[in-house]
Amino acid sequence: MSAKLQLRLMVAVLLLIGFGLTAYKVVVLKFPLTPGEQEQVWTVQAQLRFTADGQPVRAQVNLPGMTQSLYVVDQGSAPRGFGFYVEQSDGFRRGVWEARAPQGDVRLYYQARVYASGGVVAKRPAPDALPDPAPFAEADVEAANDILEDAFRYSADNTGFALRLTNRVFNDITDPAVTTLAGDKAKTADRAALVVRLLQSAEINAAVVRGIRLDKSERKQSLATVIEIWDGTRWQVIDPVAGSVGMPDNFLPWQTGDEFLFQVDGAKDSSLTFSVIRDQISSRSLAIEQGQSKGVALINFSLFSLPVDVQNTFSMLLLIPIGALVVVVLRNLVGLKTSGTFMPVLIALVFVQTELLTGLILFVTVVGVGLVIRGYLTSLNLLLVPRIAAVLIVVITLYLMLSVIGYRMGVEAALSVTFFPMIIIAWTIERMSVLAEEEAMWDVLVQGGGSLLTAILAYLAMTNREIAYLTFAYPELLLVVLAVILVIGQYTGFRLSELRRFEPLSRGE
Amino acid sequence: MIRFASPFALRRAGIVGMNRRNVELIAQNNPRHLYPLVDNKLITKRVLAEHGLDAPTLIGAVRLTGQLRDLPAFLEPHKRFVIKPAQGSGGKGILVVAGRDGEAYLRPSGVAFGFDELARHVNNILSGLFSLGGKNDVAMIEEMIDFDPVFEGYSFEGVPDIRVIVYKGFPVMAMTRLSTAASDGKANLHQGAVGVGLDIATGRALRAVQFDKPVTTHPDTGADLTRITVPGWDRLTQLSARCFAATGLGYMGVDVVLDRQKGPQILELNARPGLAVQIANGRGMRPRIDAVEALLTTGSAPSSPDDRAAWAKEHIAPL
Ligand SMILES: Nc1ncnc2c1ncn2[C@@H]1O[C@H](COP(=O)(O)OP(=O)(O)O)[C@@H](O)[C@H]1O
Ligand SMILES: [Mg+2]
Repeated sequence: MSAKLQLRLMVAVLLLIGFGLTAYKVVVLKFPLTPGEQEQVWTVQAQLRFTADGQPVRAQVNLPGMTQSLYVVDQGSAPRGFGFYVEQSDGFRRGVWEARAPQGDVRLYYQARVYASGGVVAKRPAPDALPDPAPFAEADVEAANDILEDAFRYSADNTGFALRLTNRVFNDITDPAVTTLAGDKAKTADRAALVVRLLQSAEINAAVVRGIRLDKSERKQSLATVIEIWDGTRWQVIDPVAGSVGMPDNFLPWQTGDEFLFQVDGAKDSSLTFSVIRDQISSRSLAIEQGQSKGVALINFSLFSLPVDVQNTFSMLLLIPIGALVVVVLRNLVGLKTSGTFMPVLIALVFVQTELLTGLILFVTVVGVGLVIRGYLTSLNLLLVPRIAAVLIVVITLYLMLSVIGYRMGVEAALSVTFFPMIIIAWTIERMSVLAEEEAMWDVLVQGGGSLLTAILAYLAMTNREIAYLTFAYPELLLVVLAVILVIGQYTGFRLSELRRFEPLSRGE
Repeated sequence: MIRFASPFALRRAGIVGMNRRNVELIAQNNPRHLYPLVDNKLITKRVLAEHGLDAPTLIGAVRLTGQLRDLPAFLEPHKRFVIKPAQGSGGKGILVVAGRDGEAYLRPSGVAFGFDELARHVNNILSGLFSLGGKNDVAMIEEMIDFDPVFEGYSFEGVPDIRVIVYKGFPVMAMTRLSTAASDGKANLHQGAVGVGLDIATGRALRAVQFDKPVTTHPDTGADLTRITVPGWDRLTQLSARCFAATGLGYMGVDVVLDRQKGPQILELNARPGLAVQIANGRGMRPRIDAVEALLTTGSAPSSPDDRAAWAKEHIAPL
């Protein structure tokens, strides 16, 4: 069988499987083809890990509560060998897993779907008596009084008082009174504890609330903090980040006051991590949830059956072939020159994390400055490997300088320069500088521009909502992408750039 | 105003595009395992010598730094030679010694330099400064070509070589590239070097282009480009055709220079020759490739390289 025929057959089979599975899902399983109306749905997952050694284990995780703007649906899960139930009493909810004799490394997952629509908020009772605040040490009394008096003077009621106080403790890094009380390197938790302590010493009931800020998909989400106070008639929330009163819309409270976050009895090395996936697809979840209840194998063995953090990884991985397809099209059909075959895809992946404009500015800055310095290295006649190593160190130094200077100047976006893979950047600089020496600066501009254009187009394709949805909900479409790439691999026709390059020859003078 | 041709017009003109070159000409005719034959000039040299093809004679090769000690004595009998990296490209790392002044060596410009400078150059070659990817390399020493003065006044810097495209043993197209001030002395067409298409039958200039536009005189020297005629053209095409039997590469670029006494000499072979030759010739390569294929399928194709060259002159040149 000739290579050409084999290839055609393969393409046909790939197309058949790819489109076939998609059609099956759409027609029979009633998967929607479009992401549908964009409705904010979050899947939040807490992963509890511990090492068991055969003792009976009781593991508890505090569960998130609803707010005025977030509606929470538990999707607690019981892995093999564990019993799971939700323990609920006034004020708190906990997920409890129990097993008689688990062994080894255990991972337990709690998942919740969080909808951006009003939740059911139980009316909270008034606080009990004020707990005895820990008195301030002699040396600290003056600083504490300073803060309290200032807050008192510039407020009219308990809420205003607490807001003023919180803003000062959280936002004024250089305030001597605050550093006296919380130390130079105070973390958020220390500052929050200090606020509560100060409020209590002013006889206001207050508590630290820790929870998750729902913002974007995040594999390892850390907990954020707000302060809760009793203003005399009801509980009020103060957001130290925004410096505002009222529960932030996107804050999912997980732990209040001195409740524990999680507790594992009978095992050791326990830890709890959170991940968040931002789901824009509401109609799709319906179809899947229905499919799951019907026990359809295709869904039970689909990406949706994986833990959320792994799903997050895959939603990214599945976009890489799209980037690769963009590169193939631009190079082989359009005839664009790029520096490094798939370097633009990697750059596009970084753009996804940094946002386009920030990413572009950072990339051009780093590569531009890198090229200038690399130009100097040329005159030293270094061997290849030491030269690249030197460029690598230059790149890291540039990252450092950009980050520090950017941050100092209040441009926090500069910090995201670290998303750029250093080795790739170093190689890009090296390749462009060799190009500049051997060919001409013009070629560097052509290739550099080609790479950036490719990266931007790949970025646009990879962040397109429809494409992202299709690749994730229908991973079998990967086979179709593969088929298209195989076909292009055999394409012997002209590239768009050649229609220009050979244009004088077509006139047949 | 940027003008685009329609793909059909290019097809009609018989142009071979990059994709077709890669998929059909290179992938189907040049097996990968043959690449080292042409990518390493030392191996090329051996293969050419085995087949009795004219090329600058190899004087020796330096593989280890330790051999540098014996180099002055070794070079003693040789007055004019060239040192170059075996795996170099684009003219990098080429040191031409055009004569001696006592102990000192002389560049073609007449500037003298000592052995220490020559040794440093060899060391740079060995450590891979000029090779692709910085791989360690071998410094080869070959006889200097005494360039035939036919091209005098036709080149801004350096001496032009003649590129012959050989398809399955048939010379199908040829050109020479003349460096200009605009191309910074480099022989790259897209940087502004002048490309002169050469008639496969006679070695006469067909037309010349710079930046894709026809020119008749050299932009720096003013020399009349239409009057270029490469002497010894028959030998040159036969020599090129013989490279097919020597290497087995079906699609190949043969770079030839003209020595004043010895005539055409093969300087290097290329397994991935570009497509600029079509622009210099003002015509596409496709009809020529097709003609060769058609001839080969009849089974009556001449098998000796000289006959193939002769057939090409008669049947390919008019296409
Ligand atoms: N033996 C030689 N004698 C004189 N000049 C030479 C010789 N070898 C190379 N050169 C000069 O160096 C140029 C490049 O040589 P070449 O062997 O083609 O190396 P590259 O692969 O780097 O192009 C030639 O065009 C010629 O001008
Ligand atoms: Mg050459």
